[in-house]
Amino acid sequence: MTDATNTGSLYDVDARTKKRNAAEKRFRIYGMIAIGLGLVFLVALLSTIVVRGIPAFQQTKLTLPIALPEETLDKSGVRDIEVMKKVSTFGYNPLIEQALADALDANGIENPFEDAKGLKPILSSSAAAVVRDEVLANPELVGTTHTFEILAASRVDGYLKGRVTRESVARDNNIDAAHFDVVDALRDAGIIAKGFNFDFITGADASESRPEQAGIGVSMLGSLFMMFVVLGLSLPIGVAASIYLEEFATQNRFTDIIEVNISNLAAVPSIVFGILGLAVFIQFMHLPQSAPLVGGLVLTLMTLPTIIISTRASLKAVPPSIREAALGIGASKMQTVFHHVLPLAMPGILTGTIIGLAQALGETAPLLLIGMVGYIASNYPDGVASGFLDPNSAMPAQIYEWAKRADPAYYERAWGGIIILLVFLMTMNILAVILRRRFERRW
Amino acid sequence: MMKDNVENKVGVDAMNVKFSARDVQVYYGDNHAIKDVNVDILDKTVTAFIGPSGCGKSTFLRSLNRMNDTIPICRVEGDILLDGEDINAPQVDPVQLRAKVGMVFQKPNPFPKSIYDNIAYGPRIHGLARNKAELDEIVEKSLRRGAIWDEVKDRLDAPGTGLSGGQQQRLCIARAVATEPEVLLMDEPCSALDPIATAQVEELIDELKASYSVVIVTHSMQQAARVSQKTAFFHLGNLVEYDDTTTIFTNPRDTRTESYITGRIG
Ligand SMILES: Nc1ncnc2c1ncn2[C@@H]1O[C@H](COP(=O)(O)OP(=O)(O)O)[C@@H](O)[C@H]1O
Ligand SMILES: [Mg+2]
Repeated sequence: MTDATNTGSLYDVDARTKKRNAAEKRFRIYGMIAIGLGLVFLVALLSTIVVRGIPAFQQTKLTLPIALPEETLDKSGVRDIEVMKKVSTFGYNPLIEQALADALDANGIENPFEDAKGLKPILSSSAAAVVRDEVLANPELVGTTHTFEILAASRVDGYLKGRVTRESVARDNNIDAAHFDVVDALRDAGIIAKGFNFDFITGADASESRPEQAGIGVSMLGSLFMMFVVLGLSLPIGVAASIYLEEFATQNRFTDIIEVNISNLAAVPSIVFGILGLAVFIQFMHLPQSAPLVGGLVLTLMTLPTIIISTRASLKAVPPSIREAALGIGASKMQTVFHHVLPLAMPGILTGTIIGLAQALGETAPLLLIGMVGYIASNYPDGVASGFLDPNSAMPAQIYEWAKRADPAYYERAWGGIIILLVFLMTMNILAVILRRRFERRW
Repeated sequence: MMKDNVENKVGVDAMNVKFSARDVQVYYGDNHAIKDVNVDILDKTVTAFIGPSGCGKSTFLRSLNRMNDTIPICRVEGDILLDGEDINAPQVDPVQLRAKVGMVFQKPNPFPKSIYDNIAYGPRIHGLARNKAELDEIVEKSLRRGAIWDEVKDRLDAPGTGLSGGQQQRLCIARAVATEPEVLLMDEPCSALDPIATAQVEELIDELKASYSVVIVTHSMQQAARVSQKTAFFHLGNLVEYDDTTTIFTNPRDTRTESYITGRIG
């Protein structure tokens, strides 16, 4: 029955070889299709994120000279800050509206409304607070006319970005098409313009009605403080645990159980860690709610298995001959590990740590349960201690929060936040790759 | 079964004995790898361990500096005395023992550090040098003893792993002698080397016997004949015959030894 494969001419490709080659070719095609599909998904994902998120990095602003008359802002004329504080934003609003009306006049644009107050929907409701803060900081501005950059309302911003149209505001009782006529004219006059939105990157979250003012900066700090906690706890604990398990522990039932459980822990859904953190850190230990410290502790629990697994893998990868060499000239076990094994395993450990941190940085679910989602991160922490202990949000929690809010302007910001988060994650991953390349050992 | 092992020949050489093994058994779990070994290893002598692969040469060698401690399933029984002191006594720290009994492995295993640091590491951790100058001196002396000084003296900062195989092995020998051991154990030190490097290492071993007791495991009977004064033949975990090298190769008493050296087993 056997084919006389070996007796035929080399020039005749026999049936079995043909079949084998065909199988190989098919497999290559499957592989290429798989990679192609992966690439298509990646490109679709990235382009969606970029297209939807980029507008968040632009914000529409008005450049307005605003008269700051003494009689409304500081009747006493002594520029006493405490007295000036008595004038609330309600005192400033008419000034800004009037300034806008004057700007219309100066540029020959007709105001379609009865009075200056009719122009209010064009302005962000944060405008008065911005002007007031500036005046309180520089009382000498009172009595002069000063040029301010103030935010336009999010509908106006949306109109310039194409998110809001005249039709879509037909049933909107905040703003109507007539306002957009004014906006068009103001844009032509150079008073309203889109610009790069630094405040989105550095700013604080804002209330539901002021999406134009919201930024991710404060929750970025929240994430940063959480990462300090995660790094500070999970790296030493994880590395110590792995070194013990890998180099010192004797192999017995007990260490086997620990080993299996660490692998299991790595597969536990993150929300479980969240509820554990709620029960242990907040309800039992009474640590502050919504605090980055607690978030960091919860994420540490989550990151530890990742770090332990990657550390053990890199310790295992150090050739046993190095350990023998060190032991053979009379190094103790500990010297062997710390002088020879650990330095060689370091790049792997760091890579694993960075990947663990990146995972933790993007984690949202456990933060739900300890109150970091839904918290309005509107205040910068005023020091290191308050950075750890004061309520805050975190980047992914902030994104989730924005995506949940009704206003489409917030939806746009959620996409923008995702871009920032992805930039962080990619930077960390690139760092991991560079570290691995840089410290890779040539034996 | 008694005849499987040579009688212990204490007496003539007693003054000169470095290692003395009495009824040594080594087990890997249930595998009885070394059976009733009795042997006296002499000072300032090269002793060769020969025998077919898997007969326990490495296992016995590693029990002389307690490297077997690092294998969890390995168990050593019997007495092994170094200068009359039991190396397995509970108060003995294997780290101190290994400083006295250096080891060179089959595959050259320099640390991925500079040539200088490869040599200096042992003296550093054992506190053999009080200052940099003394350490430099130790490094130079050891590299000279390792017969590699001339080749590397201009690049002590280069990585030890960048040397050729033969140079690496001589570096490892230099590293082993840097801690001033009294015994040097070598497990097939030339099996990864080419003939020229092998010749260099053999020459080195010959010089080392002036100051140390050297034990070398080898697969090559020519090598055993060339470098050793004493030869021990192992077979299936037994020490079959132990005698002067010339006697083993010219006039073996045991038929198994004869079969092995004439190439009929192994
Ligand atoms: N680390 C180990 N674990 C379990 N068994 C081992 C180990 N090392 C060696 N052995 C066993 O011990 C016996 C002797 O091996 P070894 O001493 O390496 O022989 P040789 O060096 O003479 O070739 C063999 O049966 C081998 O399978
Ligand atoms: Mg061996």
